[in-house]
Parts: sequence; C-alpha cells; structure tokens
Amino acid sequence: MRYLALNAADRKKMLETVGVSGQEDLFIDVPNEAKNGKFNLPNGLTEQEVYKYFRELANKNTSADKVSFFLGGGCYRHYIPASVDHIIQRAEFLTSYTPYQPEISQGTLTVIFEFQSIICTITGMPVANASMYDGATALVEAVQMSQRVHKKRQKFHIANELNPEYGNVLKSYFESESFSDELNEELSAIIVQLPDYHGQIAQLEKYRKICDETSAHLIVVNSEIVAFGLLPAPVQADIVVGDAQSIGVGLNFGGPHLGYFACQEKFVRQMPGRICGLTKDSMGKQSFVLTLNAREQHIRRHKATSNICSNQGLNAVAFTIHMSLLGKNGFKHLAKLNHNKAVKLYKALSNIAACKIEQQNFFNEFCYETALPAQQLLDNLLEQDIMGGIAVAPHKILVNVTELNSAEDIAKYATALEGIL
Amino acid sequence: MSDYNIPEGLRYTKEHEWIRRDEKNDNNVIIGITDHAQKALGDIVHTELPDVGTKFEIDDEMGVVESAKSASEIYAPLTGTIVEVNTNLDLHPEKVNEAPYAEGWMIKLEMEDPDELDNLLSPDGYSHFLDEE
Repeated sequence: MRYLALNAADRKKMLETVGVSGQEDLFIDVPNEAKNGKFNLPNGLTEQEVYKYFRELANKNTSADKVSFFLGGGCYRHYIPASVDHIIQRAEFLTSYTPYQPEISQGTLTVIFEFQSIICTITGMPVANASMYDGATALVEAVQMSQRVHKKRQKFHIANELNPEYGNVLKSYFESESFSDELNEELSAIIVQLPDYHGQIAQLEKYRKICDETSAHLIVVNSEIVAFGLLPAPVQADIVVGDAQSIGVGLNFGGPHLGYFACQEKFVRQMPGRICGLTKDSMGKQSFVLTLNAREQHIRRHKATSNICSNQGLNAVAFTIHMSLLGKNGFKHLAKLNHNKAVKLYKALSNIAACKIEQQNFFNEFCYETALPAQQLLDNLLEQDIMGGIAVAPHKILVNVTELNSAEDIAKYATALEGIL
Repeated sequence: MSDYNIPEGLRYTKEHEWIRRDEKNDNNVIIGITDHAQKALGDIVHTELPDVGTKFEIDDEMGVVESAKSASEIYAPLTGTIVEVNTNLDLHPEKVNEAPYAEGWMIKLEMEDPDELDNLLSPDGYSHFLDEE
C-alpha cells in the first residue's frame, strides 16, 4: 500500500460509493450545536506559566511518600531498587519494538524468555506468555480462551470477592447472560481470585473438585503476585492470570500495570499474545525467537486466537530485573516481611474494641469493620496524614501493609483509629 | 503438467483437499490435504480436527492445519457428519507431510448426498487448476 494523500477525484468516488453527496453528510449525526459550539478554553500561556500552572495543580496531590500509606486493592506500593529504573532506561530496552526479527532482538527476547520462566515458576504452570496489559484484561483473555476451548459453553462463575474493577472490565467484554450464579455443566470456567479482593485466601481444592465434576476450567486470578512468595503455587488451576505491578513497576497513578498469563500446556495453541521460545540458530547456538506465531493476528488475521498481539514490554523488563535482584529467597523473604507487618497491624487493630475483624487468613491485606461509616473514618484518618485503606462496604475497610510501612506507621494507624472510634 | 503427486481415483477441491470414498463403507469419504498443499504449507506442526458427530455443510470450516509459518482452514467439501478423525496426527503431525494421501488423512465424513461427489474436481481437473493458479 502506498501512503499517498487523496485527491478530489478520489474523494468524489468514495463519497459516491457510500452514497452521500458531500463530506459534511458524513457528520450528519453530530448535533449542530456541537459542530458550531465554541470551546471554553483560556488564552495561551508561556512555557514558564504552563509549568507554574501544572506545578500548582500537582501540589494539590498528596504523594504516597508523604503520608502513612495503607492502600492496596489491586495496586501495591513496594520498594523498587534504583537499578531497575537505571537498566530499563537503556535504549535497547526502552525503545525496542516487537522483536519480530530474532537476529537483531536477542536481548529483548532473552528477557521475555526469563520473564515467562519466572511467571511459570511462581504460578506452577508449564507455559506463560510474554505478558499482557494488566490483571483485568488478562482475566478477560483467560475467560475468552476458556470459551474457545469449550466452544459451546460460554458461561462463567465468579466464586469469591473479585476486584470490582476486574469485574467491570469483564462486564465490558461479556453479555450479562455469560455471568452465571449456578455451578453446573453449562460453565466454561470458574473464576477464583487469590488472595481475593478482601484479602481472603481461597481453598483451591474445593473449586478444583467442582471443576472436575462440571468439566469447567479453574481460572485463578491474582492481583498481588508477592503473595506467591508465601502461598503454594496454584497448580490446581487450568489458567493463572494476574497483575505483577507489585514487582518493578510502582503505583504510577494506577497505570500502566503488568498483566501475566499462564496455563496448562494443552492450551498452548489457544493462548493469547506472544510467546518467546528457546531454539538453535543455523550455527547450532542457543537463541530465542517468537514462537507459535500461527495463532496470531499477523498470520491468522480475524481468526487469530486474540486481538492482543503485543505485550507490556518495558514493565515486563522491569519486573524481570527486579525479580532477578530479589532471587528466589529474596522473593520469599519479601513476602514474609509483608505478611509479618500485616499481622502486626492486624493484632494492633484486634485490640481495639470498636474495631471488628472476622477475617482469619490473609496475606498483606485484610478487612475490618466499625460502627462509624467507612468513608468518614478514612477522611478522619487522612486528616492525620494516614491513607487508611479502601471503603469496600459502608462499614468495611480494606487495609494493606507492605514492607514499606514502618513499625511507627503501624503504631500510628492503631493509635489514630482508637482515637477516632 | 504439475510437479505434484495427484493420485488417480480421488476427487479434489480448489481448497487443495482430496476426497476418497471409504472402501469399507460406501456412504463415507476420507478427506485430507493434497501434496501441493502440504508442500506450500511447509512443516505441519499441528492439526485441529472437529468433534465426531458434528454436522457440516459444503464450505463450512471443519478444522485448522497449522505449519511453522502459517495456518489454514480445512473446509467441508461435501455435506455430512464426522464419523472419525485421525487422532494419530496429534502426536505425529509430520505424517501430513510424509504421506498426505495415506497416514496423513484427516477426517472421515458420512455423506448426506453422494451425488455431491460429482461436483468435485477430477485428478485432471485439479492438475489444470494448479497449472492455472
């Protein structure tokens, strides 16, 4: 295809083909008041003025570093070593595009292969792809893959507290009839979040049994990958998807995140996204290539397994660097540190009479209930520079603790809460 | 003359499939891809074949044959119902390359109307079609 601008004759022909007399007829659905309306925009500013304006706006934000920060619920604050940012700024990583040509992309392909291997180790799944955009869209892809495999079964069941944002993304992809409350043989998949949105750890065995009875796939979705440093790998699952933002990525105002997708080997040809494989070059030397390409859009067009034909490259690199700095033991240690600190807050809050905690098991976040409305309580905590959690119900707060919360932070939270209640 | 093996006694389609009447049951046909097709696709790495019992009309997609570099659909040459598929290909997809008209067969179909066979290409017809293509 040549990229030449259209001329008047081309335009005339195109307009005739679609059956309209002029270009303005193409915009007939736009209301006149919108077409002729004036934008209410201020006058132009100089560069210095723009900086000043936006600096003042930015100063209205409170950053996580300035307060005692206890927010989780799908986006987690962990320490990222300075070397991660330094290494990903290398132009070979920062500006590299899809590594279609293995002869010039061994660096990126090697990192992708390592990324996949780490995800496989953490999830206990035999295959993983080169990453997805975030946990929510990875979950959508998992459901779609399950439907592709099952062909006639299109329904799925959400078994526990799913992150409401993930639920909303599911709603934007699937008709309401696809959401099923019943556990039966019409199901394509059962979705279990681990740990769930309220921090609860599900017993996968129970769901595995239901899936075996109904031939549904067990999809495990996870939004805090550090949890797998302590929890056993969810090997009972058919598909494990989630968000790995916790490692190497940072809060970033909520995005971009880093989705991952892993599954049993029998589904490898139904998987979305790209996969990097290990092979040998013409000299017999170890090398990496994109593999199983025939599933993808650039070959199969509209019959591709998924419209995801890219990956979250830079964040996957950041994750891989951070993980390689942590190592297997470091990852476990990080998880233990998170859990121990969360237990500290859990114990401190349990001692407050007006604070009710029913939850028994959790990783680094849990819920508590109070008679005071949750949002009011959170506002009161914020006045004392504590971002105390997320109101997940009118009287229920989800609170997260990571290695970045100091012992003082935790003591301050408990004291403030006691004072308010 | 084309350079490909086009055995006598079979029927062919423009989608590069061959159709042979089952010697054991006159209502059934066996379907595979031609020597030309396997050469054009290159090393076959995977086949996706339909479930037994599935009914297809002419030109319906029945499955997929995937090589290292591309993937193509297998279309139903006749109306009928799947009675058997070559499950051996799951482990040995290379049979499609090695013996496209024998161990590389893919699908056995019970015909609804054997007269439809007359609409398919003869070996000569297929050979001419390849020359023109």
